Amino acid sequence: MNRVTTLKRSTQENAHISCRVNGEPVQVSVAPCKTLLEMLREDLRLTGTKHGCELGECGACAVLVDGDPILSCLSLALDAEGCAIDTIEGMAQDGQLHPLQAAFADLGGAQCGYCTPAILLTAKALLDRQPNPGRDRIREALSGNLCRCTGYQQIFEAVEEAILRLRRTEQGTDLKSVPVGARHNP
Amino acid sequence: MMRLPQFHYYRPRDVDEAAQILAGEDDAMVVAGGTDLLPNMKRRQQTPRTLVALRHIDSLKKLTNGAGLTIGAGVTLTSLEQNKTVKSAYAGLWQAAAQVATPHLRNMGTLGGNICLDTRCNYYDQNHEWRKAIDFCMKKDGDICWVSTGSKKCLATSSTDTAPALIALRAEVELVSAAGRRTLPLQHLYQDDGIHYLTRRREEILTNIILPQAGATRSTYWKLRRRGSFDFPVLSVAAALEFDEHDVIADARVVLGAVASQPVVCAAVNEQLRGKGLTDEVIEDMAAACAKAAKPVKNTDFAPHWRKRAVAHVTRCALRELRGDDMRETRKKLARQSLI
Amino acid sequence: MSNTDTFSIIGKPRRRVDGADKVTGRTCFADDIILPRMLHCKLLRSHVPHARIRSVDVSRAERHPGVNLVLTGRDFPNEYGILPVSQDEQPLCRDKVRFVGDPVAAVVARDEFAAEEALDLIKVEYEPLGTISDPVDALNNPAARLHDYSEEGNIHKRLSYEFGDVEESLADSAHVFEDVFFFEGNTHLPLEQHAAVGMQEADGRITLWSSTQCPHYVHRAVAKALDIPMAHIRVIASPNGGGFGGKTDPFNHEIVVVKAAQMLGRPVKCCLNREEVFYCHRGRHPVLMKFRTGVDENGALTGMHLQTLLDGGAYGSYGVASTFYTAVLQPVTYHLPRYAFDACRMFTNKPPCGPKRGHGTVQPRFGQEVQLDKIAAKLDMDPAVLRLNIVEKPGALTANYLKIGSIGLAQCINTVTERCGWKDRYGKLPEGKGMGLACSSYLTGAGNSIYWNAMPHSGVQLKLDRSGKVTVFCGATEIGQGSDDVLVATIAEILGIDPLDIRCVTGDTDLTPVDLGSYSSRVTLMMGNAAIQAAERARGMIAQAVAEKFATDTGSIAFSNGRVFEIGQPEHVLSFRKALVCAEEMHGSLGTTGSYTPPDPPGKYKGGGVGPSPAYSYTAAVVEVDVDTETGWLTVPRVYIAHDLGRAMNPVLARGQVEGSVYMGLGEALMEESAFRRLPARLSNALVHREPSMLEYKSPTSCDMPEVITDMIEHPDDNGPFGAKEAGQGPLLPVMPALANAVYDAVGVRIDEVPITAEKILQALDDKARGGAGRVGPDSFPDIEWPEPFRVPPPWEGGDGNAVNKPARKRAAKMHEMDKFKKVDAS
Repeated sequence: MNRVTTLKRSTQENAHISCRVNGEPVQVSVAPCKTLLEMLREDLRLTGTKHGCELGECGACAVLVDGDPILSCLSLALDAEGCAIDTIEGMAQDGQLHPLQAAFADLGGAQCGYCTPAILLTAKALLDRQPNPGRDRIREALSGNLCRCTGYQQIFEAVEEAILRLRRTEQGTDLKSVPVGARHNP
Repeated sequence: MMRLPQFHYYRPRDVDEAAQILAGEDDAMVVAGGTDLLPNMKRRQQTPRTLVALRHIDSLKKLTNGAGLTIGAGVTLTSLEQNKTVKSAYAGLWQAAAQVATPHLRNMGTLGGNICLDTRCNYYDQNHEWRKAIDFCMKKDGDICWVSTGSKKCLATSSTDTAPALIALRAEVELVSAAGRRTLPLQHLYQDDGIHYLTRRREEILTNIILPQAGATRSTYWKLRRRGSFDFPVLSVAAALEFDEHDVIADARVVLGAVASQPVVCAAVNEQLRGKGLTDEVIEDMAAACAKAAKPVKNTDFAPHWRKRAVAHVTRCALRELRGDDMRETRKKLARQSLI
Repeated sequence: MSNTDTFSIIGKPRRRVDGADKVTGRTCFADDIILPRMLHCKLLRSHVPHARIRSVDVSRAERHPGVNLVLTGRDFPNEYGILPVSQDEQPLCRDKVRFVGDPVAAVVARDEFAAEEALDLIKVEYEPLGTISDPVDALNNPAARLHDYSEEGNIHKRLSYEFGDVEESLADSAHVFEDVFFFEGNTHLPLEQHAAVGMQEADGRITLWSSTQCPHYVHRAVAKALDIPMAHIRVIASPNGGGFGGKTDPFNHEIVVVKAAQMLGRPVKCCLNREEVFYCHRGRHPVLMKFRTGVDENGALTGMHLQTLLDGGAYGSYGVASTFYTAVLQPVTYHLPRYAFDACRMFTNKPPCGPKRGHGTVQPRFGQEVQLDKIAAKLDMDPAVLRLNIVEKPGALTANYLKIGSIGLAQCINTVTERCGWKDRYGKLPEGKGMGLACSSYLTGAGNSIYWNAMPHSGVQLKLDRSGKVTVFCGATEIGQGSDDVLVATIAEILGIDPLDIRCVTGDTDLTPVDLGSYSSRVTLMMGNAAIQAAERARGMIAQAVAEKFATDTGSIAFSNGRVFEIGQPEHVLSFRKALVCAEEMHGSLGTTGSYTPPDPPGKYKGGGVGPSPAYSYTAAVVEVDVDTETGWLTVPRVYIAHDLGRAMNPVLARGQVEGSVYMGLGEALMEESAFRRLPARLSNALVHREPSMLEYKSPTSCDMPEVITDMIEHPDDNGPFGAKEAGQGPLLPVMPALANAVYDAVGVRIDEVPITAEKILQALDDKARGGAGRVGPDSFPDIEWPEPFRVPPPWEGGDGNAVNKPARKRAAKMHEMDKFKKVDAS
C-alpha cells in the first residue's frame, strides 16, 4: 500500500506511530520530520538516549531496533512504525542491572556516562548474537561509538567481565548480576 | 540539535509504485538507509521536497545466487558483510563493505546507497552556516569551486568504498523507472563531475547489482583513512585478477577510489597486467602506473601529494595479497582491523 | 597514612557512587531537563570573521509563528569574562563580531524548529574589518585591532621573567641547544554538547542549570552580566558529559537563557549543536616555542631560556593564565639552576583558546622533552639515564619559587623502562620500529583562585541525623572524573561507614558551599582536604557522645564497618545510627563544615601566583611506534605509562583518568587539530574553522587505541588527602613527546611539531634522503619586543622570592567594565 504523509514543519500535523519500546507497546504522536532520536527524547521523554552530533559521526545516540544497533539520529521516527526499540531505560530488568551494566559500573567502563548508554546497547547486541567474542571483535563492534573519557581499555575489560558473569549465571554458579544500587562491602 | 527540514514522505511497497511517485514529482529523492541523505539534509546540502523511502520494498533486500550473484540495492552493508558467498567468492566486495563507516552505519546503510553516495568535499560537507561564511560553492548554493577556484566543474571526491570493488568485479547495475528498466556496467553509472557524478536519471531507481560468476577471479580491496572506523576513504585500491592454470593473469581490473569524482579504472594497468605473472617487478610497474593515474585534489583529509604517493604502496599491498603473500600484518596496520 | 592496608575504602577498587546512574541512563545532563512550559533558544552566529555591526533587524523574526522573544546585544549592557583582567566578552555582540561563530542574536521560541526558522529572518548588516589569522599575522598587522584593551595592536599579553643570569649560564655550558617547536591547537570535544536551562522562580529569583565545570564562576558572570545580585541566582552544575576544560568559562548561551527566562517568566533551554561547540572552543592554544638550553657534559641542565608565542583567538578567556602556564612549570620536572622566559599571547579572529587538559603546560613540555631526546642523542647518552640524573628532588624549591612536595618521577621512569624492556630494545629495534620516552609534571590545583580573595577554595558541609544517614554538600562538580566518588569515599573512610549511607549533593550554589570548580586538577586535593576536616569534626562530635555513654575518653573511640566502639572493649559498641542518636542527644542537630585554602606560595614577585600548587604529580611514558618508511604511515602498538598520583583514592577511577589522558594525548599527537581555513583574499574575506565536525575533527576510535600498560605509583604528598595528588591531566603530557622521540628512534627523523602525521614523517624522510636534516618543524621564532624582565634571583643565589627590579609595565587600556566588576564582587 502506498502511504503518503504530507509534512510541514511549522504547521506540524503530527504523525501517529505505534511501536514497541523496551518491550511495551507505545503509541506516540510526533512531528513527522523528527528523527527517532528526537521522538525518544522529546516525545517519549526517554532522555537516556544521548546525542553528540546528530549526523552519524559519534555513535552516542545508538539504540537497538529489532535487536540491531542503529543510530537514532539518522532514523526517521516515521520508520519506527511497527518496530521493537530498545533503549538504555529498558536494559535493567526487574530491578537488576544487566551484567554489562554492572560490569561497566564496577570496572570504570563509564566515566562521564554520556557515551555509555549507546555503548552498553551496542555491546548487548554483540553478546546477544555472539556470546564469547574476543578483544578484537569487541573493539570492532564498538568502533562506531566514540568515547572521549576512557581510552576504551576499561570498556573492553568491562565487556569481557560481563561475558564471564553471563557465563557463570548461565552455568548456574552463584555469581549473579549485581542488583541495582547494590550495597558495596569493601 | 541538528534538525531535518520539512519534506513529503512516501512509503511505496514495490519498485513500480516508487518509480511512479518519482515520475510524478519534480523534487524527489529516494532514501534507503538514510545515512548519507539525512546528514546532508540536516546540513541543508540536499533539500528534496519529497522523499521516497525504499526500505519497505522487500524485493530490494534479496541476495540471489544464480550464474553470479544478484544483490538487491536495499541489502544492508552488514548483510553483505555476513554473507558467506560474498566473503568467499567476492572478497574485495566483502572487504569494502566491512570497512564502510561504522558498524552502526553499516546496519543502516545499503549497498545501493553506498554506490550512489554523494561525492564529498570539505568545502561542501559542512553546515549551512559554515558554507554561508565561505559564500557557498558550486555544488550547492554558490558558483565557485573553492578546491580550485579556476575550475569550471565541481571537484568533489567520489568516496564510495563498494563501487571500486564492484567495478573491479565487473558488476552491472539495474536501473528502473516508470518508463522501463535498463542494465549497464557499474563503471558507466559514474562520470567525472562532482555534481553530476551519476549517469542515473533523477527518476530512476537503482534496484539490483549483478555480479558475474566469480570463477577463478581473486579480488581485494584496500582502504586508506585516518582512523580505523567512521572515516571515508582518502584513497582506495580495488583489484580483481583472474589467473590461468600457470598463474598468468588472464583478466585484470584495478580500480582506484577517492582520487577523482568517480572511481578510476586503471585501463592501462589492466591491459599491461594481462598475460603476465605477478612478479615483484610487475607489481612495482603497476604500483607506479596506478600512482600516475591518481589525481587527488585538496578536499579530503590528508594532503593530495601524500595521497598520490601512497597509491603505489597501497596498490602494491593489494597485488601482493592477490599473489598470495601474507599481508595480514600490513593490513592490520593500515586498516586498524584484521578483516579476516 | 602511608599504607592502604590501614584504610577500608580509600585505595580499594570500588564501584563509583554514581556508577549505577550512569549505566542506566538516569544521570540527568543539562539537555535532559524538561520543564513545564519550557521554551527553546537558538543563537544567530556571525558568518564573518571580523566586522563592525551596523544594524540588526529582528522584526521579521519576532513576527514568525512560535517565536516568543528575540534578543540582541543591546539587551546586554555588561561585559563578562572568566578573568578579572579580561572582561571582554558580551553575551551577544553589540558593536563588533570577532570570529565566525560569535553570537549576535538569540531567538526564543516554542521549539527549536521555530527558533531555527526565525534565525534565518534576522538581518544583520556588517562592515567588514581586517582579519587576523595567526600570531605572526597579528604582529604584522597591529592596525586591524580586535580589542582596544590589548597591550598594543593585537598583543594581548607579554610576560618576561629572569630567575638568574641565564645568558651567563649558557655561555659557560658545555653545550647549548637551540630548538624551535610548534604545537597545533586542538579542542576538548566533550561528547556532550553544552546546554543550559534558565528558569525564573515565582518570586523572581533565578535558577540556571548548565553543563559547566565551574558553577561558582558562572554564578559570578551571570550576576555581573545581568546586574542580578548573586544571592538571587542559583547555578546548578549538571553532571558534565565530559569537560576536559571546555566547560570552565562562562558562556554566552548561559547568560542568554537567564535573561530570556527573566523576560518571559518561563523556563528557557539552549543546547548547542556540535558546530557551535567548536566555536565555544577554549581549547589548546597553538604555541610556537623556542628553547635555548645549556647542559654540562653529563647532560645536567645549566640554564634555559624559553620563548613562547600563543595564538589566543578572539577573546581573553583564561589566556593570561595560559600564557604563564606555557612557561612556569618547566622547572618542576628536572632541576634547573637558572631559568628565563618570555611569553606572548596574540588576539586573532578565531574562536578563543583557553584551558584544555594540561592547560598551557602541554606545549612546552613537548618541546622540552623532545629537546632532551636530542641532547641525549648528541651526548650519546641513554635518554632514560639522562633524565634520571636530573630529576628534581622531593621538597625542592625551584628557581621560580615553586614548592614541590613528593616526587615519584624516578620510580615512574624505572617502572616504564623496565616494563617495556628499554635497556634491551631502545635504539636496537629494526628500522621502522622505535620507542621513545618522555616525562612530565603537573599541578594538583592552582594555588590561587581566578579572582583574588582570601577565602577557602573548597568548602564541605555535613548533615548527620538519627536515621544514620550522612548528607555531604560541596560545590565541586562531577564531570565524569569521579569527584562525587572521592567526596563520598573520604567521608565514609573517616566515619567508618558504607558509601551508600551517604547522600552527595554537589555543584549547586544555593545548597552547597563554594568550591571553585572542576579545573586545574584541584578537586581531589582541595575538596578532599575540606571533606576530611568536615568529617573529622563530625567524628569528634560523635566520639564525644559515645565516649560519655561508655564513660571513657574520646581518644578510645573508633569508627569502623558501620560501628562506633571503644577500643579494647568488645561490648562497648554502637551501630553508627545509634551513635548518631547519642550525638544528636548531646549536641542537638548535627552539622559540620570543612574548608581548604592552599598554602601561601613562596614566590612574592608579581606574577608569582601562577604556578604554585599544593602538590605536583609526575609521569613517565614510553610510546612504541611502527613507521612505514615508504608512506610514513604510523602505528602505535603500545604505550607504557607510570604516574605518581600520591595515592589512588579509587584505583579503578584513577586508572581511568590516566588512560583517558593517554587517549587524549595520542589524539593530539597523531591526528587532532583545530585548523583554520582562510580563503584566497582576492575572492573572499572568509576565515573559518576548517572542519567543525566530529567526522573531520579526528578523535581516535576504539580501533585506533593501542594497548596501554598503566602503573600507578604512590608517593603520598603531605598536602594531599591521604597523600593523594592529581591523575587527570598530568599523564597526558608525556604522550606527544614520547611519540615524537619514538619516531626518531624508528626512522631517524625529527618531527618538531604536533600532530605527528604520516605526511610530515614522509616529508622528513624525503628531506633526510636528500641529505637534509630529516626534520619537519618551524624554522624560526619571530622578533617580539619583550618588556624588561622581572629579575628574581633563585633561592640558591640569595633570592627571597621578590624581584630585585621594578620593570615599568605599560598598563593595559583601562576597561570601563572593571568598575562594574568590583561592584558586583562587593555585593
